[in-house]
Order: sequence, then C-alpha cells, then structure tokens
Amino acid sequence: MIPAMKRFGGPAIFLDRSDINTDEIIPAKYLTENSKEALRPYILEDLKLDGFDPRSPALANAGAIVTRANFGCGSSREHAVWVFEVNNINMVIAESFARIFRQNMFNCGMLAIELPKEQIERLFTMGGDVVITVDAGFSNFQARGKSGELTCSIILNPFDRQLVMAGGWLAYADQKY
Amino acid sequence: MGNTIAEKIFAAHLRDTPTPENAVLDIDVVMCHEITTPIAINDLMSRGKDRVFDVKRIKAVIDHVTPSKDSKTAIQAKTLREWAQRHRIPDFFDIGENGVCHALFPEKGFIRPGNTVIMGDSHTCTHGAFGAFAAGVGTTDLEVGILKGVCSFRNPETLRVIINGKLGPGVYAKDVILAIIKKLTVNGATDKIIEFTGPVVTAMSMESRMTLCNMAIEAGATCGICMPDQVTAEYLWPFIKSEYLSINGATIDFKKWHSDPDANYAAELIMDITDLPPQATYGFKPDEVKDVTDMTGIKVDQVYIGSCTNGRIEDLREAAGILKGRRLADGVRGVMSPATPKVFMQAMEEGILKIFMDAGFCVTNPTCGACLGMSNGVLAPGEVCASTTNRNFNGRMGKGGMVHLMSPLSATAAAISGVITDPRQFLGQDRVGDKL
Repeated sequence: MIPAMKRFGGPAIFLDRSDINTDEIIPAKYLTENSKEALRPYILEDLKLDGFDPRSPALANAGAIVTRANFGCGSSREHAVWVFEVNNINMVIAESFARIFRQNMFNCGMLAIELPKEQIERLFTMGGDVVITVDAGFSNFQARGKSGELTCSIILNPFDRQLVMAGGWLAYADQKY
Repeated sequence: MGNTIAEKIFAAHLRDTPTPENAVLDIDVVMCHEITTPIAINDLMSRGKDRVFDVKRIKAVIDHVTPSKDSKTAIQAKTLREWAQRHRIPDFFDIGENGVCHALFPEKGFIRPGNTVIMGDSHTCTHGAFGAFAAGVGTTDLEVGILKGVCSFRNPETLRVIINGKLGPGVYAKDVILAIIKKLTVNGATDKIIEFTGPVVTAMSMESRMTLCNMAIEAGATCGICMPDQVTAEYLWPFIKSEYLSINGATIDFKKWHSDPDANYAAELIMDITDLPPQATYGFKPDEVKDVTDMTGIKVDQVYIGSCTNGRIEDLREAAGILKGRRLADGVRGVMSPATPKVFMQAMEEGILKIFMDAGFCVTNPTCGACLGMSNGVLAPGEVCASTTNRNFNGRMGKGGMVHLMSPLSATAAAISGVITDPRQFLGQDRVGDKL
C-alpha cells in the first residue's frame, strides 16, 4: 500500500521553551481515545507559554513547529506525534529531541529535524509569520518571513531518512523482515 | 577494545544493520498494556495483519486504569483482553491478577540478563536492573514488535555512573537517582544507556536497582542498566533453577554480559553518596531537585505511595516503619497502591496494610492510575502532592496540581507532618504502644 503523501512544511508555530514534554503536547486523560483523529482538538492543550494559545487559528493552519531543546521528553505516547499528524503538522524543527518522540516521528514517516542552536535562534528572531517549505529530497528547507529568508540544511540519520521515504517503520519493516 | 553490556546485548540480537549507525534487534520480550497497545491492535486488524510473532514472547497486562473507570477505558481493556484471548497469549494479566507492569513482569521472572525488551511505556527502562536492554517505545515500534519481533535503535553509547560510598539512614535508591538526574539534567543522557555501577549498586536489592533504572528516562536515557550478579540470580532463582545447577552457577554465567574493563564509554559520572541527604523535586521537571531539608514546611494536600518507581514491598516496609502508630496530619489525604497483587498480599500478611489504614490512608488496588493523573488519586488545581512516582510535569497528576517526587520514607514523613519534612527525624522513634 502506498502511504498517503504527507504535507511537509507550511506556516510555523514557535514554541519558545526547552523540555516541552508529551504530557503538555497531549495530556494523559486523552490517551483513552481509540482513534488518532479523536485527538485533534487537544493539541498542546496543557502547554503554558506566554503568547501561546492552543485554540488560536494560527495553530489550526500551522504546518511546522519550531522549538528549543529536548522537545517531546517524558512519556513514550505516540499520541504526541499523532496529534500533530492529524493536525497536518508533519514537521518539527528543534535544537534536540527526546529519543522516543524523535523515533515516533520517523516511525510515522514524519520529520524531526535537529538544527544547531544558532540556527534555531535565527528562526526565532525571524518572528511569527514564517512559512517553511521543504525540498523534495528533504535535503534542506526554506523559512520565509516578513523579515527575510533563511535556508537550512536538513541533516538526517540515513535510516531515519529511509523511514520518511518509506512512509514509516511499519511499511519499512513489513517489507523487509 | 572491549564492549559494554549494551554492546554485547546488541551484538547477540542483531538482525540487521540498515546503516552503520543503526541496529535492528531481535526482541526477546514485547510487553503490552491497555493504553498504548489497542491502537496498534486496531491498526494491525485494519491492515489484515492481526498476527503476533511469538505468543510466548508477548506479555500483556491491564494496569494503567484498572478497574476501568469509564466506557473508553473499558473499551481499551476489552480490546487488549480480546486480542490476548484471540491469540492465546499465555502471559496476560487481567483484573484480579494485574499490577503495575514494571513491577509485575519482573516478579514473574520474565526479564533475564542479556534480554532485549520493549514496551509502549517510557519506564520500560526499569528492566535494565536485570542486566537487560529494555527500552520504552511508541505504538508503531510496539506494533512492529508484535508483528515481527524486531525493533530499531541507534548503536548504543553508554554513560557510566559509578556510585561510591554507603547510603546513610533514611536515604534510598530514589534519593540517589534524583541526585543523579539533578547532575545529568533532563536530557543529559539522551540517546545513551546509563550503566549504574559501583559498590552502592552492588549492595542494592533488585527492588532498589529497579527504582534506580526506572528513572533513567527522566535524564533522557534509552535504558538504565545494572550488571547481573548474585543478587540478580537469587531474585530470579525460582524461574531459572531448571537452567542452572546453582545460584552460583547462574551468577558466573551472567558475567558473560558484564561490560569489559576496557569498554568504551561516552561519558562517566563518579559520585560518592555517603553524605547524600533525602532528595525531592521542587519544580515541574525531574532535574529540579533539592535536599528535602531545603524544602521543609511546604504544605501537602495528598501523599501518594506506589507506582513502578516505589510501590514494591521494600518501599512499603520502609514507609510503614515510621507510619506505625502514627496518623495522617489533619487535612492530608493518603493514597497507597501496592504495585502488584503479590506486594498487596505480602503487605497484608506483614501487617503493613493495617498500619496504613490505621493511619488513615486509602489503600487502592495495584494500578498506575494516579501517577499519570488518570484515576485513583487525581489532584485538583492548586493541590500539592508528595509522591513516590517518577514525573512531576505540570499537570501530570491532575491539571493545576503540583507534584513533589521523593522516597517512600520522605513521602510518609510528609503524610505524618502535613508538610515536607526531613524523614530522618522519625527514624528510631518507635511509636508502638504510644497513646496518640
């Protein structure tokens, strides 16, 4: 089965804090849902950040998250990845990720992109109206905003790249093992 | 160059190396619970792939919300139950014999030195206490594990933590791991395996080693791991006696997994814990840790004793030791959940349940419920809980609630005092027979 093509990129949402955990991305009380789709309204519901509103229209239109270090720490819940997926956010750009969250992203054929701190800082200084576009081979992305433009290389572990190309770990593993 | 224990386990389970940096491992034990498994089961069914790679290597339990609290959790339990029945999975634990997965499965002897273990639960790192590579994974990894018996990991890098000295009175594995997380920070061990060694670990029981490894994930680690030794062999003896002539023989065999003296480590942390006082968290991250003595006087509304971190029998014994003959302070609710039916039974036979109940605690059945704010002790906004669990994230035990992580002894001291307090003042003060 050929997986449905995901949209990579779009308007970016900036989450200006390190160590955002999966309880903040999707609180445990929603883990009783039996479908990914049911998670959609609860995205980032418990995240308390100045200037961030989980109910804002900007989040509904977003296609990428830009954030700081250790994003997705805590619980292994893949719901934290699915809640982005069902909101059509298939790309998170961060200084670093927690291992399980990062693996879950690639396992779902989504992009977890790590950038050096300086580049993350530059993205943050571009302001809130940034739109991200990704090239077809996932080798780099462009961030365009009112204040300018920035091109960043996407450095992926080769295996993670294969997972994104394959549409995720299940598709990859089912064929190979 | 020698190898670490993790490298040895990887080499022994290597199925594929898709790139030089990645390893696909054969998995010995795939563990499942009712929160993260049902979506995998439903997805496999929708793909026409409702199969399991090996029924004997799958272990399943309903533990996170049990008994089911509402229709949704009942459906999750039903999905897991019917799947286990459909595939005739022999090691499935339902209500009446269920307990917190990371306490129950070790008790059953399911995890052996040198094993590879995955579960859709971040605290799977607990099982590294047995000299196994045990990692928490997401539902897709779990789904592939169920179907194919494999999982992918980056090649292991190991951070060695050497713990020297001797634990002082009233200081436990929980205090040690909180002190370690404080030093490492919440991502100091990301993509690494933490190898816990040194005389303090050697002297620890399996229960204490599980407490230590349980919180390795809170420093970002893939797994915590201890060298399997005589303590491991003694714990596992009822399950391995047909495989070995003696405990000593098992101990010698386990040494094949030990890290070589010339193994390569990514980093090393050496600490002496002789003067370490009781520790507790003060903020919303597990690395925000202080001495309990620097937090005294913080009022608590609830005390929770239980979980995969600290709901084992030795935890309850330590707590009961100072709770005996005392009562919960006015205005404090106490909730105690023995982590497994066996622990519950032991606590009953040893009179520990009576001590808790005489003190005014509510004793619940074994479940994860309160730890992640799902059931059996959820906090209201503004409430403060002294808890023996493993996560103090904002909202973790209930939206707007505050969680201070600490040892069972420190949590019990808070229960008696109504405020966070140095538990050591209660040691050696036997209140039995006192008129209260």
